[in-house]
Amino acid sequence: MAYTEQELEKELQTKEYEYGFYTEMESDTFPPGLNEDVVIGISKKKGEPDWMTQWRLDAYRHWLTMKEPNWANIGFERPDYQAISYYSAPGTKPKYDSLDEVDPEMLETFKKLGISIDEQKKLSGVAMDVVVDSVSVTTTFKKTLAEKGIIFCSISEAIEEHPELIKKYIGSVIPTSDNYFAALNSAVFSDGSFCYIPKGVRCPMELSTYFRINQANTGQFERTLVIAEDSSYVSYLEGCTAPMRDENQLHAAVVELVALDNAEIKYSTVQNWYPGNKEGIGGVYNFVTKRGICEKNAKISWTQVETGSAITWKYPSCILKGDNSTGEFYSIAVTNNFQQADTGTKMIHIGKNTKSTIISKGISAGKSQNSYRGLVQINKGADNARNFSQCDSLLMGNRCGAHTFPYIEAKNKTAQVEHEATTTKIGEDQIFYCNQRGIDTEKAIALIVNGYSKDVLNKLPMEFAVEAQKLLEISLEGSVG
Amino acid sequence: MLKIKNLHASVDGEKILKGINLEINAGEVHAIMGPNGSGKSTLASVIAGNEDFEVTEGDILFEKANISELSPEERAHKGIFLSFQYPIEIPGVSVTNFIKTSINQVRKARGQKDMPANEMLKKIREKSALLDMDRKFLSRSLNEGFSGGEKKRNEIFQMAMLEPKLAILDETDSGLDIDALRIVSDGVNRLRNKGNATLVITHYQRLLDYVIPDVVHVLMDGKIVKTGGKELAKELEERGYDWLKEERAEMTS
Repeated sequence: MAYTEQELEKELQTKEYEYGFYTEMESDTFPPGLNEDVVIGISKKKGEPDWMTQWRLDAYRHWLTMKEPNWANIGFERPDYQAISYYSAPGTKPKYDSLDEVDPEMLETFKKLGISIDEQKKLSGVAMDVVVDSVSVTTTFKKTLAEKGIIFCSISEAIEEHPELIKKYIGSVIPTSDNYFAALNSAVFSDGSFCYIPKGVRCPMELSTYFRINQANTGQFERTLVIAEDSSYVSYLEGCTAPMRDENQLHAAVVELVALDNAEIKYSTVQNWYPGNKEGIGGVYNFVTKRGICEKNAKISWTQVETGSAITWKYPSCILKGDNSTGEFYSIAVTNNFQQADTGTKMIHIGKNTKSTIISKGISAGKSQNSYRGLVQINKGADNARNFSQCDSLLMGNRCGAHTFPYIEAKNKTAQVEHEATTTKIGEDQIFYCNQRGIDTEKAIALIVNGYSKDVLNKLPMEFAVEAQKLLEISLEGSVG
Repeated sequence: MLKIKNLHASVDGEKILKGINLEINAGEVHAIMGPNGSGKSTLASVIAGNEDFEVTEGDILFEKANISELSPEERAHKGIFLSFQYPIEIPGVSVTNFIKTSINQVRKARGQKDMPANEMLKKIREKSALLDMDRKFLSRSLNEGFSGGEKKRNEIFQMAMLEPKLAILDETDSGLDIDALRIVSDGVNRLRNKGNATLVITHYQRLLDYVIPDVVHVLMDGKIVKTGGKELAKELEERGYDWLKEERAEMTS
């Protein structure tokens, strides 16, 4: 990273991260419940073409035949899918040409989040496609991107303006029938982001979307599709926060990445949804399906920092279809209090000389449960496939749990698969050493945790690394003593 | 500066310190010597506030204030520094990042702002040069894979950075070869001034050839049994500790 630690420190001080607030806005919300009319209604609301409505309906009908999975190492009250409202959009529509036209309450929300769009525009060079309660409100930097032929917009817009791309790629990596939550998402997704990088283009800036759940009882179902054409490159950032709510909120997103020959996609996530209170009440259910496909010589790199949500259940995966393609997964998952996380990755080696790297760092505190679950699958034709996995767990206190479930399926004798795992505790001697140097226990833990997570933090783009580091500290506050 | 009155301390119910009395003034260097298991390191830990040890009786006064109830970090903020016998590893945290955090936390506790980056950098350069430390060393993970000598040098580097009022050096000479011993001792000597004090805890007299003490105490079985000048260290080196044990046995019988 090219910035100094001092700069980082400074940024940390100015970036106060909060999630416990709720913005009152007029909103256009469907009554709770799910049936074909609701699916059609969502599609209509968004002015979608018939083929899209049909696609949603097919997904919905398939969903009806599926059972909610229960194999993860998590326990929770199953959501009542009929008690959720499937559509909510900020009342003041439609889109804005400038910030002045944006609902001041919404701007206030951004301010609290520490994401002033103004600042973002001026300082960071990050193009933002801001999704508040599922509808894209404002998009910046569109012009700069358009000059390079890059499309970065809401998925609704893409359905309208680039139907040929959507038709070709949506559901191509994660079919509507893939799993229970992917099917549900396909039927009712409200919005999300779409990104297309043309052949040979290197996206000049980090693309960033902030998602936010804002309306009580509104499940959020985003759909993200990133397509990198031959020999292109894009780095995509996804960050999340949610206001404090008492009811559980269901979140079932789908993210599909398509990296064509020689293309590279870097996808980074900082997830900080409301984790529930200290007694384990409330919090977001985060059931996400993320998968990317790599064609020849392509590379997909997933980096995630998961600190939020009552339950996190997700496995960003790579299908290494093309020869010489590469998949990477770098993850930090923090659980505190009563949080539960079952997260990891799948690396499916199909092409020859495919490579994958998995670095997973779990941090458990309080009474939380933190599981790594990973699959490394080497198919018959994947000659000389290589995988390296490292799964580390850090335990704080003696009431939390860390679990590792690595699955390896190798069907090709030339494959090399390595797996390393460690479990450590923060030692009292480490804490005392820090204390003696004037560093209090809370800060000492943050320091130790940041050191432990460094391999993954280093993979994040700068602005995210800053946020992530701060988040780690906040997430573990009050976890000792 | 430091005044210890009738200090008793135990760990897991076992009495280790059995009535220590000690007074160290600003500008002085005191040495505590004694055989293994006499309680030397325990005394260092208790002064620093390690909560593994229970103080059952007595008081520790630092600059006239009773610090017995203060947390280890509060004592550090007041200017007490312990150079550890076995410095701890913190993977992924660089030497630079660690000392920067330490300095700024101390400053924060004293109501000062963070040290400006250029000042910090200058100070790090200056102090690492004082201890003949390689620049690359500063970006390594704290104590991870360090040799015994590197660990001790790093302790004294931190001491140089923090400029404590009272520095306690717990067996700083152990694990040092003769060159490293000289560098570390030079460092300690250069940091000495009228306003600070040093407590050197050592089993051997070797370090005291370089860091010349004003007062030498002998600790045995949790008590200071003899106090003298620097020549006492020499005597101990020549005669060992047994004669003191005998002397003590005679006194008590």
